[in-house]
Amino acid sequence: MNAPTLTSPPQAPAKRGDAIGAFLEQEYVAGFETRLETDSVPKGLSEDIVRTISARKGEPEWLLEWRLEAYRHWLTMTPPVWAAVQFPPVDFQDIVYYSAPKSKKDGPKSLDEVDPELLRTFEKLGVPLHERARLAGVAVDAVFDSVSVATTFKKELGEHGIVFCSFSEAVKEHPELVRQYLGTVVPPGDNFYAALNSAVFSDGSFVFIPKGVKCPMELSTYFRINARDTGQFERTLIIAEEGASVSYLEGCTAPMRDENQLHAAVVELIALDDAKIKYSTVQNWYPGDKDGKGGIYNFVTKRGDCRGARSHISWTQVETGSAITWKYPSVILRGDDSVGDFHSVALTNNLQQADTGTKMIHMGRNTRSTILSKGISAGRGSNTFRGLVRVTPRAEGARNYTQCDSLLIGDRCAAHTFPTIEVRNPSAHVEHEATTSRIGEDQLFYAMQRGISAEDAVSMIVNGFCREVFKELPMEFAVEAQKLLGVSLEGSVG
Amino acid sequence: MLKINNLHAAVDGKAILKGLNLEVGSGEVHAIMGPNGSGKSTLAQVLAGRDTFTVTDGSVDWDGTDLLALPAEERARAGLFLAFQYPVEIPGVSNAYFLKAAVNAVRRHRGLPEYDAMDFLARVKAEMKAVGMKEEFLYRSVNEGFSGGEKKRNEVLQMALLEPRLAVLDETDSGLDIDALKIVAEGVNRLRSPERSMIVITHYQRLLDYIVPDKVHVLSQGRIVRSGGRELALELEEHGYGWIDAEGKATKTAAGARP
Repeated sequence: MNAPTLTSPPQAPAKRGDAIGAFLEQEYVAGFETRLETDSVPKGLSEDIVRTISARKGEPEWLLEWRLEAYRHWLTMTPPVWAAVQFPPVDFQDIVYYSAPKSKKDGPKSLDEVDPELLRTFEKLGVPLHERARLAGVAVDAVFDSVSVATTFKKELGEHGIVFCSFSEAVKEHPELVRQYLGTVVPPGDNFYAALNSAVFSDGSFVFIPKGVKCPMELSTYFRINARDTGQFERTLIIAEEGASVSYLEGCTAPMRDENQLHAAVVELIALDDAKIKYSTVQNWYPGDKDGKGGIYNFVTKRGDCRGARSHISWTQVETGSAITWKYPSVILRGDDSVGDFHSVALTNNLQQADTGTKMIHMGRNTRSTILSKGISAGRGSNTFRGLVRVTPRAEGARNYTQCDSLLIGDRCAAHTFPTIEVRNPSAHVEHEATTSRIGEDQLFYAMQRGISAEDAVSMIVNGFCREVFKELPMEFAVEAQKLLGVSLEGSVG
Repeated sequence: MLKINNLHAAVDGKAILKGLNLEVGSGEVHAIMGPNGSGKSTLAQVLAGRDTFTVTDGSVDWDGTDLLALPAEERARAGLFLAFQYPVEIPGVSNAYFLKAAVNAVRRHRGLPEYDAMDFLARVKAEMKAVGMKEEFLYRSVNEGFSGGEKKRNEVLQMALLEPRLAVLDETDSGLDIDALKIVAEGVNRLRSPERSMIVITHYQRLLDYIVPDKVHVLSQGRIVRSGGRELALELEEHGYGWIDAEGKATKTAAGARP
């Protein structure tokens, strides 16, 4: 189980009449800092920094060139301003682009070589890396600041021909695969943050499931930002060959800091004929304090390419953290009869802002997509769903169903829905439904009249609202996600 | 024993209960009747602890406890049950989950062991059978898409599971056809016991043909203006509420009369 530790600290009993207002004053439990010696590059971004990062990682020439091209392209771009989020401009020269825990050797060969302080950090977060301590059936790659510190169950997976390792290792061990697929779904110049990531990405996870193999366990990556002033720019690449399938989960946390920290990741998924990739995220980056100070800027590009016929890519996300979330996990439905799903729960509390949604690009014949978005706003949070469904001229028989539901808690929060539908084939069938509701005093009082506490009642009502999405998560993670929502909402009722 | 003394309550600054007195002994069933707007539902909500109503004066003593000092959920755990006139829908939350959370919250408070899933299912299935509810209602969202009769049965089911000391039934008969009414009334009668008091709020005499009260009170303009036995309900049916209202206005002193 890799979602953050979610034990809620003891709470004073809710006062009567404080039902919908006191629910939001919850401390961020993953907000501690680990003191480690780090190997960092100086602040700021330049060609030299890109070269330094590439050199530190001992990368081949082609990858350095790829980074430099991305960097040069990035210089010509400006940050996007169309999202419904507000924040002061980011000073890209004030960020450290590479930070790694200092290790005596080249890198840990096994868990025994990993700094015990690091292992304790992950244990504290509920991600014990020792394999014997892990839930059976989940392999983990743990990323700390800029580098991957450990990947578990590598050997067992290797027996099936599955590659699951850090991105750096993949560059060394499987350069042909990386070179073949890297940037083919999210090209380096795709958008401002994707270009930035392509220039400076330091690590991430790599998954390759060979033809016909069903991955026997859940794979997961756990991201942790620790060092001050550090951005995290990881890159994940997942390839499922013909008939292969895999379920992958990522979880994220960061220490509590007064400054905002940038997280600009890129995730690329590639599914060949009859392949299935299920990608689940439980995102709990530090959201900032209740006055909006600090927190992670989560500007992420995630895209899946249903390249083969009958392939299936499914995104499920539970987003409770970050000061600002800007992400649109998308699916390009290129193969005939391919299927794309997006299931999302996004919660904003206090001064959090989320602008999230998806793009479903129908290109193949008889492609199908489903979008199910549940936005929850509490405190002074702002929650925006932004979606695009595009049916291209040759996408005969495309179908899409979109449902966007918003739940408001209290009266100072906001929910927005911006669906865009572009249909260029008359045989397409596109449906959109949207609802907005408020947690009713009626519902709360009904539950409380049955002896249920206000906090349990809110948590129950919110979980009920999200149930359709939670049932898409692997079971252990669904339980974590429910708890996380409860914790993230504490104090919102009052 | 429940003793309501000189209870005044308001909503949005508008006085609704204006000096209500009522005593309900252990094991007694009292009916409260009255025209629309007389304060019947307000009384139910105030007793249950709804904070949209402000108690401006008076007291409620419940077996020695100051009822008004307890938050809603503690009143419930201590054994006060309100059968809602309009049971609330909670989408996505299964009835089974909701009922189990409620029953265990109450059991915890009473120092009883919490039910595990198996014990709970056995218990709830037996109670459902008694109120004529199909098992599928366990797995549907709380009250969502239930018909009027199904919602009221669900209220009676909850009452049976929570075993209250004081049950307030707020117009449980409203919107029910005669068959549904009989089933609900049977469910309520089954729960009558010497330890359980009930306040049955209704607009119509007809419910009292099936749930026979020990006493009947008539509420008008926020006060109990008349109390009597079963025959008072029949009298009311014959003469209509106009009769009471006219009388209530004529003899204001009757308003504070104790039952």
